[in-house]
Amino acid sequence: MQNTSSMSWFGRLSLGSGLAFLYLPIVVLVVYSFNASKLVSVWSGFSLGWYVTLFEDEAVMAAFGLSLKVALLASAMSVVLGTMAGLVLARFGPFRGKSLFAGMLTAPMVMPEVITGLSMLLLFVSMQQWFGFPEERGVLTIWIGHVTLCMAYVTVVIRSRLVEMDRSLEEAAMDLGARPLKIFFVITLPLILPAIASGFLLAFTLSLDDLVMTAFLSGPGSTTLPQLIFSRVRLGLNPEINALGTLTVLVVAVLVIAANRIMLHQEKRRAALAAAA
Amino acid sequence: MNTPLLHAWAARWQALRHRLPAGRTLVIGLPYGWLWLFFLLPFLFVLQISFSEVEIASPPYRALLSQSEDVLNIALNLGNYRFIFDDPLYLDAYLGSVKVALVTTLFCLLLGYPMAYAIARAAPTQRNTLLMLVMLPFWTSFLVRVYAWMGLLDNEGLINTLLLALGVIDQPLHLLHTAFSVQLVMVYTYLPFMILPLYSNLVKLDGRLLEAAADLGCRPWRAFVTVTLPLSKNGIVAGAMLVFIPAVGEFVIPELVGTPESLMIGKVLWMEFFDNNNWPMAAAVTCVMLALLIVPIIYLHRREEKALARAARH
Amino acid sequence: MTMAPPLADSAKPYLQIVDVVKQFGEHTAVNGVNLSIAKNEIFALLGSSGCGKSTLLRMLAGMETPTSGRIILDGQDVTRLPPYERPINMMFQSYALFPHMTVEQNIAFGLQQDHLVKSEVQERVARMLELVQMSKYARRKPFQLSGGQQQRVALARSLAKRPKLLLLDEPLGALDKKLRQQTQLELVNMIEQVGVTCIMVTHDQEEAMTMASRVGIMSEGQLLQVASPNDIYERPNCRFTAEFIGETNLFSGQVIVDEADHVEVGASELRLPVYVGHGITGTLGMPVWVSIRPERVGLSRSEPAGSCNHDHGTVQDIAYLGGFSIYHIQLASGKVIKASVPATRWREETAPTWGEAVYVSWADNDAVVLTL
Repeated sequence: MQNTSSMSWFGRLSLGSGLAFLYLPIVVLVVYSFNASKLVSVWSGFSLGWYVTLFEDEAVMAAFGLSLKVALLASAMSVVLGTMAGLVLARFGPFRGKSLFAGMLTAPMVMPEVITGLSMLLLFVSMQQWFGFPEERGVLTIWIGHVTLCMAYVTVVIRSRLVEMDRSLEEAAMDLGARPLKIFFVITLPLILPAIASGFLLAFTLSLDDLVMTAFLSGPGSTTLPQLIFSRVRLGLNPEINALGTLTVLVVAVLVIAANRIMLHQEKRRAALAAAA
Repeated sequence: MNTPLLHAWAARWQALRHRLPAGRTLVIGLPYGWLWLFFLLPFLFVLQISFSEVEIASPPYRALLSQSEDVLNIALNLGNYRFIFDDPLYLDAYLGSVKVALVTTLFCLLLGYPMAYAIARAAPTQRNTLLMLVMLPFWTSFLVRVYAWMGLLDNEGLINTLLLALGVIDQPLHLLHTAFSVQLVMVYTYLPFMILPLYSNLVKLDGRLLEAAADLGCRPWRAFVTVTLPLSKNGIVAGAMLVFIPAVGEFVIPELVGTPESLMIGKVLWMEFFDNNNWPMAAAVTCVMLALLIVPIIYLHRREEKALARAARH
Repeated sequence: MTMAPPLADSAKPYLQIVDVVKQFGEHTAVNGVNLSIAKNEIFALLGSSGCGKSTLLRMLAGMETPTSGRIILDGQDVTRLPPYERPINMMFQSYALFPHMTVEQNIAFGLQQDHLVKSEVQERVARMLELVQMSKYARRKPFQLSGGQQQRVALARSLAKRPKLLLLDEPLGALDKKLRQQTQLELVNMIEQVGVTCIMVTHDQEEAMTMASRVGIMSEGQLLQVASPNDIYERPNCRFTAEFIGETNLFSGQVIVDEADHVEVGASELRLPVYVGHGITGTLGMPVWVSIRPERVGLSRSEPAGSCNHDHGTVQDIAYLGGFSIYHIQLASGKVIKASVPATRWREETAPTWGEAVYVSWADNDAVVLTL
């Protein structure tokens, strides 16, 4: 919708209060991470003490390392499978079972994780009984769960990019003698690279943040960061978590703003060059 | 590029290619196979185990199939399901979850629609920044944000501290661990899921339609109700589905900010599994939840497919 | 309906489209098309949107497979060949230049698929760039080029592989009017310079008539007429073609005189019969249509001689177009006839004005009798 006039007062009010609502807890979280006192009700001075405690907390560091590892591996696989799935849905014609395929890609996005988590766990348990594999639940099972979940999201991103992409580019390549596989790597892939990047980021975030499914699929010795946070938070407020939260917010904010800036800058460059033609 | 080694490799690759499944089959097969194995198949196991009985064993349930001499016995235990329907706990939890999810959806709509609308009508340069601002909380850890609310709502949390300091109240308000806190945090968490589909829908709305309405004498509010609202129907439904379906099975929020009494079904499932170690019961609860949600899921899926088909044709 | 196409001089056709049908579910897009194209011919498929011309073109390119029928190019049956195995190249309506490659890389792409040696590729690309006069822009990317420049790159890319058949999909559709006329001739020159057989698809009459040596009119999946632009215009074979190309006046009537060397048609909307100075295949009393082009209709203030081929009416409307004007004359029967009159006609007298009574007339061989 184009509306050159500035926003109405109602628009500004609703946006303002909405954004305030969204950011209030985050702001409070950040502020209190610097509170020297453990209690929320008392502000006893600015302190970085909780950050120090955080970095010295081995359990947290280990959990973070594991979460990071799983997230990277899961995102990588999700992108591969998600790109394939997106390609199938956007480019391949009808085939038997296509609607089931598409359905299996929508469902994980909305299905409550308690359901997907439990069902996958039961699968692994049965597999263990019959084949002896996987012997133990751990990184592998968590990875499988995350990939299954994230793949659905990546597919959506890739698929919508493919659908809006000019198909005549691929047809032109075919017309000029390139075979389908080559066309994918030389024409399609470079053009959907931004979508793949955002798919990867999306999968990464989802994997890093996942709790419920991970709880079902993890085993002894494989505690992810969300699991750790959850077990601590259940017991009550903990300023170390404030520090952790603040760091998360900071990192994410920097990354998102940076990505945004880069995108805008690229678009401006293109527009300038095109206008000069 | 004329080395014999390369030729040999090329020849081997060619030979191998003819034995591998055709490229197309592979591209369909890999993701499809993965989903069949890790998404669809598990549901069969859930169904199977929901008919089982608890046992002190590893895994803690009795096998369905047993053989005594030449007779193959299949024991389907309906007890779990009977229990679900007899014990009011479960029914209350299901209904409670649906109720909470509905209220969440409603408030997300009421809060999210004006925001999405405002962003959609903003100047293109502002839109980007505003969207980014709305989506930023979504990208930060969900757990951390729920935790932040715990800090805010706690008896000794910021809100109470402020209100006490201002003299508005004498006693700290019991905000945390109430139905209110659950609802509040649910709305907070699911708001971006409502705003995004609403925004994508509203931004494609032709502003000239409203100009035409104004030209024909229609006042802004009426124009909104008769033009914008019906045209944004798809966005509303998409957003509602994306909020409602997962909200029903939400676990973390009722666990962290909810009461022990007002149970949501996600929490019940968790408790049955982790606390009671009653896998068959958990499986049965899952099956009932699935039965509840399968219709909205299929509905959402159909709508998405239709929307994509429409978009592809243009 | 299939047409026996008038073949060009060469004995054996270079491209043969035999009974090609294409169905999409219930909808038949191409309904039995037969066509033969000679080598180095420039052929235009003309029709409005939905007539099936684009589908036919895509079947030639290999993007669609015919439901039935065959396509034979230079003796080779290419009907079921995928696009990357056909010696056919297409210039897309949107040009479809690869945005992430430079002009050079775009043109080289097709040659690289043939695994040509690097030096050969470079040489051919350079030659192509020269042909389309884009050598200066070799390193630019498509978004840095104007529409006309992009088109030239697209043409160069599709000619680089020296295809046996060049397909053009609405080649001038994306250009603005001024550029179009200039580009029409440029395009034809370049194609003739390279010497490639070419089929173009368009909905623009001017484009087809200017650029092609033969034109095929398509409607509802069938070829209605295939002939040179002149023949199509002066001797349309059916009502649709007569109305589709240019403007015309149509009258329905019956054959009242049927001789070997002339016929007369009695039309209810005309006072006098229409005399046509040649015989037609038909019978006495047969219902027919008569088509008279506006530029063949003359105006005068005095009654023309003869017992046929003229009528009388009042000037209802005048569309002044500078070099010529289109007069809408309402006849006694109520029918409005259009006359396209050059401004030079009124050198000796003043031009008729609205409401004035005038006579309309045409020569013996100006009217075309249509039986369909």
